[in-house]
Amino acid sequence: MPGRVFITGIGIISSIGDNVDETLFSLITGKSGIGKNTLIDTVYKNMIPVAEVHKDDHELAGILGINDIRDFTRTSLLGMIAAKEALSDAGITDINHARTGLISATSVGGMHRSELFYKDFLNDHSKGRLINIIHHECGDSTEKIADLLGVKDFISTVSTACSSSANSIMTGARLIKNGKLDRVIAGGTDSLTLFTINGFNSLMILDKNKCRPFDDTRSGLNLGEGAGFVVLESEESAMKSGKKPYCELKGYGNACDAYHQTASSPEGNGAYLAMKKALDMSLLKETDIDYVNVHGTGTQNNDLSEGNAMLRLFNRKIPPFSSTKAFTGHTLGASGGVEAVISVLAIRESLLFPNLHFTTPIKELEMVPVTSLKKNVSVNHVLSNSFGFGGNNSSLIFSKN
Amino acid sequence: MSIYINGIGCISPQLSTDGGLFSGVIKVYEDEFLKCIDPDYKLYIPPTMARRAGRIIKMGAAAAKICLQDSGIGMPGAIITGTGMGCIEDTENFLTEMIRNDEKMLAPTTFIQSTHNTTAAQIAILLSCNNYNMTYVHRGFSFESALIDSIMQIDQGEAENILAGGLDEMTPGMFAISTRLGVYRSSCKGHISLFSEKTSGSFAGEGAAFFLLDHQQTPSTYCRLEAVEMLYKPKDEQEVTGKIIKLLSAHSLQIEDIDLVLCGINGDERFDGIYGKVLAPFEKSRLAYYKHLCGEYHTSAAFALWLSAMILKNNRIPPFVLINEDNSLALENILIYNHYLGSNHSLILLRKC
Repeated sequence: MPGRVFITGIGIISSIGDNVDETLFSLITGKSGIGKNTLIDTVYKNMIPVAEVHKDDHELAGILGINDIRDFTRTSLLGMIAAKEALSDAGITDINHARTGLISATSVGGMHRSELFYKDFLNDHSKGRLINIIHHECGDSTEKIADLLGVKDFISTVSTACSSSANSIMTGARLIKNGKLDRVIAGGTDSLTLFTINGFNSLMILDKNKCRPFDDTRSGLNLGEGAGFVVLESEESAMKSGKKPYCELKGYGNACDAYHQTASSPEGNGAYLAMKKALDMSLLKETDIDYVNVHGTGTQNNDLSEGNAMLRLFNRKIPPFSSTKAFTGHTLGASGGVEAVISVLAIRESLLFPNLHFTTPIKELEMVPVTSLKKNVSVNHVLSNSFGFGGNNSSLIFSKN
Repeated sequence: MSIYINGIGCISPQLSTDGGLFSGVIKVYEDEFLKCIDPDYKLYIPPTMARRAGRIIKMGAAAAKICLQDSGIGMPGAIITGTGMGCIEDTENFLTEMIRNDEKMLAPTTFIQSTHNTTAAQIAILLSCNNYNMTYVHRGFSFESALIDSIMQIDQGEAENILAGGLDEMTPGMFAISTRLGVYRSSCKGHISLFSEKTSGSFAGEGAAFFLLDHQQTPSTYCRLEAVEMLYKPKDEQEVTGKIIKLLSAHSLQIEDIDLVLCGINGDERFDGIYGKVLAPFEKSRLAYYKHLCGEYHTSAAFALWLSAMILKNNRIPPFVLINEDNSLALENILIYNHYLGSNHSLILLRKC
């Protein structure tokens, strides 16, 4: 496929920081964002830890200079903050100067407000404040971001559960490679909701303590919230703008496990295929990969399956890897975007970030992740994995210029 | 590269799976919304799925299977769906349980099935298809995004053929909410004559239509899918017209070459005005509409694409879709123009093979 796609801007908000600088500081100092739930009114408030952005909706709106928050869901606000930062980081001041698109992603859209509406609506369909349901649709947050940034040329939204924003980055890259757009703001956003807390709790895959990805004692994930966006540009567009790209999006792969709606196949077939496709597209060898930012949710099923897929892909010679979900929690539809930004930071800063809370390798795998911050490391090629319900598996490869 | 529609499966409120609609049998609804006619699901999906899955998943999986059978393709190179609202029934059921049971003792099934990508994933499981699997969820751009991704992948040789579909389900809960929001009228009575009563609100509908898009023509080919374009919040009708002219000229066509425009008029006086203005230059084209047959929903363009592909294949326009008189003979190019609540405008260009 012709054309190259470069990353010229990054933006992020999560439990470990409201922007790129704060996020990097937390990653370097080993500060996890997982803690007590203070924002979602659930009966599990004191039992299930979460990784929440430590600002209420009014405070988030304040960052954007918005006074009236009625039309802005938390998912929208998080997305707007991260996408705006990415655009500004790329040095883009005139959005209509080149053909620009926005591909966002979310798993639950405005559910945070819909569930408030539903409590009143459930027993009486004439009840419930409509302002709390009107922004339910996934496309709502994308249009809010597009309107804030002035994006007109192409907008769309992806929802493939937890791989959503890896897929939005992939679609963004494809639009550039096909010559339809010059640059794309791509990523995703999701806020914590009662719906997802109860959903994952019903599946019994929420850890009551801080999650321990790739650890033998792992017992589930911690839900998080946030948004992560990257600015993708064609070679020509990046050269014109003069902003030195952080890296190139050299490969991507999307494969379906086609095994079960929520469980991954034990051998991680879909995960293997997604990584293999990305590697094949990048024309790199598996030995070229310097770091893998794994999906690593901390559930029994994911980590075993992903580990098996990695053992197969890397022929048992596993490169340094870590899950950064013990920092950010699992931000669901935003995680691919959040981890894309973290992968770019690894390249930009020559750092490998630790897999917090790890002590014992998984018996079947004997894989040991990076457990402390590694500085001054040559990080040229990073593989980032995002796997979702439905066996929707996606991998991205970021390469230093 | 040319892209061909080589198979279709369309489940809709009309008799779209057995040719009934094209032989002139029109289903008329008088309740709240236009509801899909269920096929005999056990012909297409396993009994466990027919029992457990939400309606949209069943409709989608059955439409996908019908489409693949129609095309003769067993394993598509990718599965790409578009859905504005996703699995509403399962989402509502999980919300209901969660609230009624005070978050205790919840069964995970409805949560598992509530994610927007469930149907695409379930089709992959049915086919054991490990290929690219994707779901777009952007209001009136959902299905169009799925088509654009498909076209790009076939163009670039990433896949030779792709199963692409648009699907949305209506539920009593969502109907009640949308009606309160003014999107729909409180009853679909009179849907068949969209023009008779101009008022605000449209008629609620639903549907699932899948298409096998292929890089090569086969005996089962319906037509060529030339282009899909989306236009977000155009400032006026001139911007839409400009986009149409640009699209046509990119395919060496002029307005006069469009033999039929199938438009998304939905009976809502707040939003229908733009169709007349945008389509005014199409003086020589036949004008047709479709939402009186399927109702209004985010992915109704998938029904329009089914209808258009059938028209090109059969070389015949059913009289009940025409707005003006059918006085021309040629039937080569069809343009579908639709918009969702004035924000999401889309164009689909088709050509006879």
